[in-house]
Amino acid sequence: MLGREDEASYLNLVDLRNKLDEASGYLLAPRDPILGVTTAYLADTHPSKINVGVGAYRNDEGKPVVLECVREAEKWIGGRELMEYLPMGGSARFCELAVGLAYGEDTQVLKDKRVASIQALSGTGVVRLFAEFMKRFQPEAEAYLPLPTWSNHHNVFRDANVNQHTYRYYLASTRGLDFEGLKEDLKSAPNRSVILLHACAHNPTGVDPTPEQWKELSKLFKEKEHFPLFDMAYQGFASGDTQRDNQAIRIFLEDGHQLACAQSFAKSMGLYGQRIGCISIVCAEATEAATVKSQLEYIARPMYSSPPVHGSLLVTSILTDSDLKQLWFKEVKEMADRIIGMRVALRKNLEELGSKHSWEHITQQIGMFCYKTVNGGGAQEHMEGVARSSVALDVGAVRDSYGYLTESAWCY
Amino acid sequence: MAVATDASRFHAVPMAPPDPILGVSEAFRADTSDLKLNLGVGAYRTEDLQPYVLNVVKKAEKLMLEKGENKEYLPIEGLAAFNKATAELLLGADNPVIKEGRIATVQGLSGTGSLRLAAAFIQRYLPGVKVLISSPTWGNHKNILNDAGVPWSEYRYFDPKTVGLDFDGMLADMKDAPNGSIILLHGCAHNPTGIDPTTEQWDIIADVIQEKEHIAFFDVAYQGFASGSLDEDANSVRRFAARGMELFVAQSYSKNLGLYAERIGATNVITTSPELALRIKSQLKRLARPMYSNPPVHGARIVANVVGDPALFDEWRAEMQLMAGRIKQVRQKLYDELVAKDKSGKDWSFILKQIGMFSFTGLSQSQSENMTNKWHVYMTKDGRISLAGLSSAKCGYLADAIIDSYYNVQ
Repeated sequence: MLGREDEASYLNLVDLRNKLDEASGYLLAPRDPILGVTTAYLADTHPSKINVGVGAYRNDEGKPVVLECVREAEKWIGGRELMEYLPMGGSARFCELAVGLAYGEDTQVLKDKRVASIQALSGTGVVRLFAEFMKRFQPEAEAYLPLPTWSNHHNVFRDANVNQHTYRYYLASTRGLDFEGLKEDLKSAPNRSVILLHACAHNPTGVDPTPEQWKELSKLFKEKEHFPLFDMAYQGFASGDTQRDNQAIRIFLEDGHQLACAQSFAKSMGLYGQRIGCISIVCAEATEAATVKSQLEYIARPMYSSPPVHGSLLVTSILTDSDLKQLWFKEVKEMADRIIGMRVALRKNLEELGSKHSWEHITQQIGMFCYKTVNGGGAQEHMEGVARSSVALDVGAVRDSYGYLTESAWCY
Repeated sequence: MAVATDASRFHAVPMAPPDPILGVSEAFRADTSDLKLNLGVGAYRTEDLQPYVLNVVKKAEKLMLEKGENKEYLPIEGLAAFNKATAELLLGADNPVIKEGRIATVQGLSGTGSLRLAAAFIQRYLPGVKVLISSPTWGNHKNILNDAGVPWSEYRYFDPKTVGLDFDGMLADMKDAPNGSIILLHGCAHNPTGIDPTTEQWDIIADVIQEKEHIAFFDVAYQGFASGSLDEDANSVRRFAARGMELFVAQSYSKNLGLYAERIGATNVITTSPELALRIKSQLKRLARPMYSNPPVHGARIVANVVGDPALFDEWRAEMQLMAGRIKQVRQKLYDELVAKDKSGKDWSFILKQIGMFSFTGLSQSQSENMTNKWHVYMTKDGRISLAGLSSAKCGYLADAIIDSYYNVQ
């Protein structure tokens, strides 16, 4: 069970790796625990290989998918006349659309123009900007990340020199949310801490709070004056409904929180390689939003000057054309449904194999990942491509290989 | 419900200063005068002052559309075909450095991102080592070094008296620096001055760098765009590499392929062994992962497609010559106009001697402001004008503006 005592050792491991590097000069860096899996998978020649490591959606043949709405948008923008630098903050139109999607288009904070937003390099880039911003303007605040979280979150806050801690999140005994532990940890954190929350489809556990739990958390945040940073990488992808997947954010907005949202379109629009995301921060009023935006741009300029245009054009094309937008809603729901179907099938297969273990969690968890289905050590031998740092199972695996997958899963 | 302003977490956040370069374009857009001229940011314009998408880029994009490639994550180090192409463009495919595998190449977010990644590497693995930057240099260099936590100082470069290179000052400052410092050099077409060392001067610079055990760090943003020849413009880097020196090189395809908004470039580290190159590459990746995870795919594919097809590659070379050619023409025209209109006999030939997109006019800040306020000519306050934004037709007007500002404004 991953408890508080593991937090220290978990973070120490990350820290130790860095110290070793420093001591030995240019050590060969360890393979990234997630992206390195894909590299290994690609090199493997075994016919039954399955990649259940990185969170990238696959169709039934195990092939990457480019959405139809994206292909259409590509044709429109292909060979367009303008490739000039975007402003440092990227496409304003893109940001407007992205934030409308994330917060709900009618939300008051948008009407009041008090949201500072800029386009940035997908989820990673956006969180990094926020971490740098936080370091600069809230230097006393420390970041709290759920245990576990996407491994790169730790790298981002570390490289931004922001002190980080974890809060309890996953309860191994139920393979669900450790809500009591979560609340305790957030209560004992100093007031005004920055709390990283996964808006939906928690990565890597697939365990999300219920709406009631979100409401309770919102109250807790008010009491502690904590600052919520929502990482939303799966809007639409989790339940199939974009305005259901952003519930947590809408709850917090209704309760009047100042919050930040790190949005990525990698999964929900299949634009992994475009690096398209948006950071938004709710401010007190419009002037402050302009100021905050200027500082975000000021951080972006010496990092990459301005963000890449291609992804923003695709997203903008899709979200401004009503047909393409509807097509996208349909396609994202199909992807979400397929994953939900996989979960049902996987659980059914395991139960039919006569396993005495409980496989309930497979259908209770949501999103791309399925947590703690197998244990780390043994799985490695039999299941190519299970991410080492967490034991997350990408349920978008190939249907044909399911027999293989479920038998291996069951053994452990 | 609104949040009371002083209760906001952000009420103390000050407005960031406007970017001196990108801010110029914003001011230009806001100007309603018909006479306005944007000589601010270094983005190439045609004679009609329109942005230019290269034909080879349109063709490459068409090919890509037809291929219907997926949009999967690139590996952290970027597109392999691009990395191979970019290293070969820089050094020449037959270069022993490449053959021996002594180069670590990682796709980066154009020039800025590639510089930043190298700076982050320097901060981590050469802590405390100072980077020397030219005075003047591209404004964003110091921001990049500051944000990466790398100390820097300046070496003399521009001599206002000659409107040329202060070579003695440059060498003296490099010699004064502690051994093992890092010297940031512009591979060609120095930004903002347009003043490049001659081949002989490059050799002397390399001598000093070797004596002092410094590391050369090249910013190569204009390869092919300066002289029109990819090989000629890489001369400085290749001469240094031929000496077996360890080098950092940041590349950008913003100008030479017009891919500004795609953010495509590369960080290269040339070192002494392939094994070390491998280790260095792994650490560059480790720095990139918490910055943006993996780089954007579109621009990389365009470059790889253009360079990978001999016909497209030739066409690219021709288009680069065209772009570089237009700039040379415009320089000539501006010079001719200045000489014709300025009867004082002032030597304006520096305009012809400088190379690349930019010309350092020697105008002071207040003179540059006059250019904007009176003449609606938008430029940076350091006196830099981007010739890429100038048409032959406007050379006369610009000459008038320069002459007025130079003589009538203190």
